[in-house]
Amino acid sequence: MPVPETDHISYQRSFYIEGGNFNYAGIVSTSIKSILKQMDFPGDVVRKCAIVCYESEINVVSYARKGVVNLTINPDTVQIEVIDEGPGIPNIDQAMQQGYSTANQKIREMGFGAGMGLYNIKSYSDAFIISSELGKGTRLLMTINIKK
Amino acid sequence: MNLATIVQELSLEVRCASENLKNNVTGGYTGDLLSEVMANSHEGNIWITRQVHQNIVAVASLKDHAGIILINSCEPTQDTLAKASQEKIPIMVSNLPAFELTGKIYNLLEKKD
Repeated sequence: MPVPETDHISYQRSFYIEGGNFNYAGIVSTSIKSILKQMDFPGDVVRKCAIVCYESEINVVSYARKGVVNLTINPDTVQIEVIDEGPGIPNIDQAMQQGYSTANQKIREMGFGAGMGLYNIKSYSDAFIISSELGKGTRLLMTINIKK
Repeated sequence: MNLATIVQELSLEVRCASENLKNNVTGGYTGDLLSEVMANSHEGNIWITRQVHQNIVAVASLKDHAGIILINSCEPTQDTLAKASQEKIPIMVSNLPAFELTGKIYNLLEKKD
């Protein structure tokens, strides 16, 4: 998968997500939030990044075998790329609809799988790209603007 | 208003991170769907829920909640307690159902503000 194009990357780090393991769900998002807070980013940037990263992380844990999160901080944007190895999404338009979910009972009992994940990710990203290949996996690229 | 006042007024039982009862409460959010809480709750909120598993700690931590109150005498799991202690997120237990607890906390916050 291609890395986001940019001229001046100021920070880059990758994180691994284990599919199916809810014990560690949220750890990557918590780490990324800590990094952004330490770098003194504005509250709304940190908040948006935390939401889109958490929802993506939960999706990987819920549906995929494994995934990687690539955090890239540029002078003007924070980019969060999430690539998973999993079943892929058959119908992206349908998956983007608020309330649509393919989550099983176990996932729903934990309070996930309400069909809000991808919808929230798109809502809280300043730019959002999704691509998916059946039987291979899904790639999300979320961009959060630092300057208004 | 800080958490300690709410704990005292509503006779909540504190299960962990009691050192952070000084946390200021800016408002509250009631819900069991984690995505909804992620999207709509705010920093400093008290989160009222019946979810007891450890993933609530990540949500509360990511959203900088003041703390979590479990309703209907629901008890947090051991994993949840361990993680919440580590993240310093106070977890409290109430014997009230969500509707009554939310109403009481809403009134307390309104009265003080």
